Amino acid sequence: MSVDGYLETFRREGRIVVVGASLAGLRAAEALRAEGFQGTLTMVGDEPHDPYDRPPLSKQVLLGKVPADHTLLARRRPIDAQWRLGAAATGLDLAARRVQLADGDAIDYDRLLITTGVRARPWPHELEADLDGVCVLRTRDDAVRLHHRLTAGPRRVLVIGAGFTGSEIASACRERGLPVTVAERGPAPLVGALGGVVGEVAAELQRAHGVDLRCGVQVTGLEGDSAGRVRKAHFSDGTAVEADVVVIALGATRNTEWLADSGLGAGPRGIACDAGCRAFDVRGIVTDDVFVAGDVARSPHPLFGYQFLSLEHWGNAVAQAETAAHNMVSGSADRRPHLWMPSFWSAQFGVNIKSVGVPPMGEQIMVTQGSLAEQRFTAAYGYQGRVIAAVTFDQAKWLDFYERQIEQAAPFPPEFTTVDRRTEGLQPVPAGFPDPSLPSHGPTITLSGHSPTDRRISFTPRRA
Amino acid sequence: MRLVVDLNRCQGYAQCAFLAPDVFTMHGDEALMYDPLADDAQRENVRKAADACPVKAITLDYEDLGAADGKAGASRVG
Repeated sequence: MSVDGYLETFRREGRIVVVGASLAGLRAAEALRAEGFQGTLTMVGDEPHDPYDRPPLSKQVLLGKVPADHTLLARRRPIDAQWRLGAAATGLDLAARRVQLADGDAIDYDRLLITTGVRARPWPHELEADLDGVCVLRTRDDAVRLHHRLTAGPRRVLVIGAGFTGSEIASACRERGLPVTVAERGPAPLVGALGGVVGEVAAELQRAHGVDLRCGVQVTGLEGDSAGRVRKAHFSDGTAVEADVVVIALGATRNTEWLADSGLGAGPRGIACDAGCRAFDVRGIVTDDVFVAGDVARSPHPLFGYQFLSLEHWGNAVAQAETAAHNMVSGSADRRPHLWMPSFWSAQFGVNIKSVGVPPMGEQIMVTQGSLAEQRFTAAYGYQGRVIAAVTFDQAKWLDFYERQIEQAAPFPPEFTTVDRRTEGLQPVPAGFPDPSLPSHGPTITLSGHSPTDRRISFTPRRA
Repeated sequence: MRLVVDLNRCQGYAQCAFLAPDVFTMHGDEALMYDPLADDAQRENVRKAADACPVKAITLDYEDLGAADGKAGASRVG
């Protein structure tokens, strides 16, 4: 029997179902067609909208510069798909190769791609979360609601959580002239993603722009008025603040509940998959007909000790979707690994923050160019004597160089000299990441699993 | 017309903000903000901006990639 014959038949008349119709799902569908898949393609999405882009929601859209319905994603090519939008997947039968939908329908597949992503983590107290004026920001509809609230001219906005989303929301509020309080459990904004040294710069940035920033506090309760509108928040330090809009920015939860009884290796940390984007089942055996990509995936990365990385990054969703699509329609010898260099950006308080690598692995940080005090700098993170990540504030042009350093496992502290090196950049200092065993909402990279050895590797990503 | 910018690639050269200022604006020294659904009247400006981007970060919808006739459609499979 020829398995290759099966592959040819599959490419010609197979059935692929993509569950999750956002960035990763759309780019995967386009890549499947570009790779020559001619069979049936079905796109399942829980939201009623065509695939749209999320990064503008917390920036242009909240500022009122761009309407939320302008965010539909540009298409790279036609995908000739059957769309099942507004119909969440509720179950998966691995043996029958069938996806169950919330509206009662079921769709059979030969190969399945899961790109269900994440959703905003809600405020844990349900009655308080139901108060009028308590918002989250993840979807386009969330952005419409929040923009509407901000336009109504609230007396004060409270943002709970100073990760990237929370910080960008606070930035938009200040730019709109709204009083805003930010409450962060950690010692500084962005501390989970970038560490305490950079977190202090982010804190200065917020305060300089008039944010009432309160770190090291938890919100112990939200209080409503007789009409059910939120009016006040109480903090763990005994203080309180009056606010009529409260934005919960406590990070994200992975959309894996629908897989709970499926036998797939899915849980709160995401869906484990191999470097080829094939999902593991609960027995630790890799499937050959279920693939994963985007925010919901956890995959091992050779450059970072083969740890399983969960990346809530726009670029990762695109790259992993392309790799998953290629592998779904390729024989095993033609498959390729997902070896994307983690990268992200954030625009807040007029500063462009960008990063490559995995900053939370960093034990030390060194400001190699520019100055923290000027809020314009490049800093490298070191892990066991090698460069593991870098971050820039308004110095994005240097990041490519540091990306090469990370790929080559270049020594840390860096041995090279740089332009604009200041005295503060002569010695590395502790990077100041919080204890990873403590609960946190901050990091956009989650590390789990472990490496059998820490070895120096040569890393050459495949460029599309 | 739809467009999307890969802001991982973008390094703030601001060529797009000069060529299509109604669509792309710099926010601060380096951050780019743009309208992902630009007015069709901006088509030529946006194409010039995409061509001029030194890091090729701007992706236009395939339907807008065709020649100036603006009729690129299902027959274009890029």
